[in-house]
Amino acid sequence: MIEYVWLVPLVPILGFLFNGLLGKRVPKWLVSLVGCSVIGISFLIVILIFLEYLKLPADAKPVEVVVYNWISSGNFNALAAFLVDPLSLIMMLVVSGVSFIIHIYSVGYMHDDEGYPRYFSFLNLFVFAMLVLVSANNFLLMFVGWEGVGLCSYLLIGFWYEKQSASDAGKKAFVVNRIGDFGFLLGIFLIFWTFNTINFREVFSIAGTNFEVGSLVITAITLLLFVGATGKSAQLPLYVWLPDAMEGPTPVSALIHAATMVTAGVYMVARCSALYVLAPVSLTVVAIVGAATAIMSASIGLAQNDIKRVLAYSTVSQLGYMFLACGVGAFAAGIFHLMTHAFFKALLFLGSGSVIHALSGEQDMRHMGDLKKHLPITYWTFIMATLAIAGIFPFAGFFSKDEILFKSLVDGHILYWMIAAAAAFMTAFYMFRLIFMTFHGESRVKPEVLHHVHESPPVMTLPLIALAVLSTIGGFVGIPIIEGANVFHEFLAPAIAHVHRPEIHYPISFEVFMMVVSVIIALLGINTAYRMYIKRPELPQLVTEKIPLLYDLIYHKYYVDELYAATVVNPIKMGSDFLWKGVDEKVVDGAVNGSAGLVEWLSYHIRKLETGYVQNYALAILIGVFIIAGYYLGR
Amino acid sequence: MEVLFLILAAVALISGVLVVIQVNPVRSALYLILNFFTVAGIYLLAHAEFIAAIQVIVYAGAIMVLFLFVIMLLNLRHPEEGGEKQHLAQKLSGAALAGVTALLVIYTCTRINLGPAKENVPGFGSAEAVARSLFTDYLLPFEVTSVLLLVALIGAVILAWARLD
Amino acid sequence: MVVPLLYYIALSSALFAIGVIGVLIRRNAIIIFMCIEMMLNAVNLSLVGFADHYQAIDGQMFVFFVMTVAAAEVAVGLALIVAIFRNKATVNVDELNLMKW
Repeated sequence: MIEYVWLVPLVPILGFLFNGLLGKRVPKWLVSLVGCSVIGISFLIVILIFLEYLKLPADAKPVEVVVYNWISSGNFNALAAFLVDPLSLIMMLVVSGVSFIIHIYSVGYMHDDEGYPRYFSFLNLFVFAMLVLVSANNFLLMFVGWEGVGLCSYLLIGFWYEKQSASDAGKKAFVVNRIGDFGFLLGIFLIFWTFNTINFREVFSIAGTNFEVGSLVITAITLLLFVGATGKSAQLPLYVWLPDAMEGPTPVSALIHAATMVTAGVYMVARCSALYVLAPVSLTVVAIVGAATAIMSASIGLAQNDIKRVLAYSTVSQLGYMFLACGVGAFAAGIFHLMTHAFFKALLFLGSGSVIHALSGEQDMRHMGDLKKHLPITYWTFIMATLAIAGIFPFAGFFSKDEILFKSLVDGHILYWMIAAAAAFMTAFYMFRLIFMTFHGESRVKPEVLHHVHESPPVMTLPLIALAVLSTIGGFVGIPIIEGANVFHEFLAPAIAHVHRPEIHYPISFEVFMMVVSVIIALLGINTAYRMYIKRPELPQLVTEKIPLLYDLIYHKYYVDELYAATVVNPIKMGSDFLWKGVDEKVVDGAVNGSAGLVEWLSYHIRKLETGYVQNYALAILIGVFIIAGYYLGR
Repeated sequence: MEVLFLILAAVALISGVLVVIQVNPVRSALYLILNFFTVAGIYLLAHAEFIAAIQVIVYAGAIMVLFLFVIMLLNLRHPEEGGEKQHLAQKLSGAALAGVTALLVIYTCTRINLGPAKENVPGFGSAEAVARSLFTDYLLPFEVTSVLLLVALIGAVILAWARLD
Repeated sequence: MVVPLLYYIALSSALFAIGVIGVLIRRNAIIIFMCIEMMLNAVNLSLVGFADHYQAIDGQMFVFFVMTVAAAEVAVGLALIVAIFRNKATVNVDELNLMKW
């Protein structure tokens, strides 16, 4: 079955072609059937491959499946080939599984939308690109997937393109991503220049044998790759596109801007762990950027009122965690958090989608409240996801988040831990603030909306339940402390490189103590939210009045967008304006119009030679013959 | 021989001029047939019996009949009357140029050494000699010619058939 | 006894010139066409003359192929004239200046 791994990305693209080309001409149920089943088939294939992979002998792993020779030029070779190893398998499982659930949810959520077939074709295309990204065996094919998901992200953010803000957000995402992609591309060039190959395993084995720790070129490569990761995974300083990306349909936010695409950067860093461990400087940069992003976006999330924006900043913050984990060398912990995050963040987004759906499109939490009794399934699944993201035992997020906190303390620096812990506190706070504002307290729903409020249909609640189950038990594949119980790490170990440092064993009591601490931090955050939004609803008002400057700063997202507009966007705009009105319209167009005018003037006079009489032309031929003959005679 | 050639040449030239100056196209066509016959006679003098034969059959027979058919079909009895007169200067310059070109060719040929005439081989230009060459060295061009004729046939049919409006 | 090659060339050139003059001064498309045929014949004549002079059969081969091409050309050309006549009701090239600017 493993040799058919190319079917995994191929099947979704068939769905894309079907829905994209015929979607408007076939009934809706067929669109949904094709759109969902191609992902389901893909998921099934991944499961079969996974089961077969487990049974393979150790020396037969990992498996590379070459489909065809894509580019062959001189000593440059790019194969369309897939790498089946633990890392790509986990990613494929997460991507295809979560995609499948979200596709089904979309059937309900997008049911009344005009662009239903378009939506499903884009979504299928996205899954194709994402699967190519995670299963490629070389940097170039990975880049194809990388750009493919960027394109789909753009298409789906701007899905409601008639809305100005949506198309603007799409463009913003595209442009910001392009900056990151540029770095990534430069990184690939440098890799080829250094290693003469772009195949992952060859590059890593050459790097391991021929390069010292701290090598300058490796540091440059890893930093460039990380620039790509900051773009795609919305890290400082390129995170600004992700909150705006919430203009897209909510299932898109769940799939692309929470569960899968934005984690591509984490996957890429983990995939290149063999390079990163050779570049301590880059690792430090990764860790610092991750930690800074985590705390900064978590703090922004404290003051947002749009339900999806809170989740968006939460996503940025969680991605920061993953990078922090990678930065301290705990790549497996990063991937583990990636997986659990995919479950609970998808669930959070889908749950918020269910709320928005019930409230006829209302996204402002100030116009929600007391929805618990109206939306019981949504409420309970949402609670589970929130507990997971807050890091409460035994939900999935607890295991992964605790591991990251622990690793950042023991392998990193106390500062990392403090930042991460503060971000964890804020996460717990703003997530429960969201819960309390949405589902508890007084109802602030507009009266004309209130009597439409209804629980979502089963096609939407079943995915919620499935993801809730995953969010609850998903963490048990990575149980810490107990020897041999961390199945996840053991499975992933062959695909991940380790930082060369002496192994320190910490006493179990220390680990347990740290766990208790992290749970206490989360509980503190929850408690604060409870006190502020349930016990004394007037308290938030008082707090904002007490620290108006800080609140203002956070509420306006640290004015980063304005800063970028002033320092980057506007100068470029002014320069472009000058080039357009000054250079293009005057100089370039002037030259073009001038030469056209000259030709017109000349041809107006010369055309009179063309009488249209055949005999005049014959005479001209004869004169020509005469001249030629005369020339030869006169020689 | 030479006398015969000169007589035929004179007839050919006179008939050629008459082709050009006749007003009625039917007469032009008839003089052209005469011209073709005299050329065929000259071919005979130049030991090209087979070519002479097909000159008469193809040119004087088939092609000229086609011409006469078209003239009849279009019913052109007084075609050159009326209409814009051509510039005299154009006519004269055309005639002068053509004449000068012909003289130039002749003059050139007198200046270059054409080499001695070879002794006539018996049977040169007979149907057998022509056929031997045609079906050995020139077989491919010969076959391609048939394609050319087919193309011309189809083209002519389509052109004459299409109702262009 | 033998006719000199130069005679052939002279006659050929003269016939060709007559054909050219006809093409240039006549306005009836059919007569122009006949003059073209005459020009082709003039070329054939020089080819036959050369073939006889050098006793090389290739000259006569070329005459043969020129005749075939001429036949094809006449077929298409006359069809064109018929088609044009249908459209314009004239074969006078002075009135056919479609190629004019």
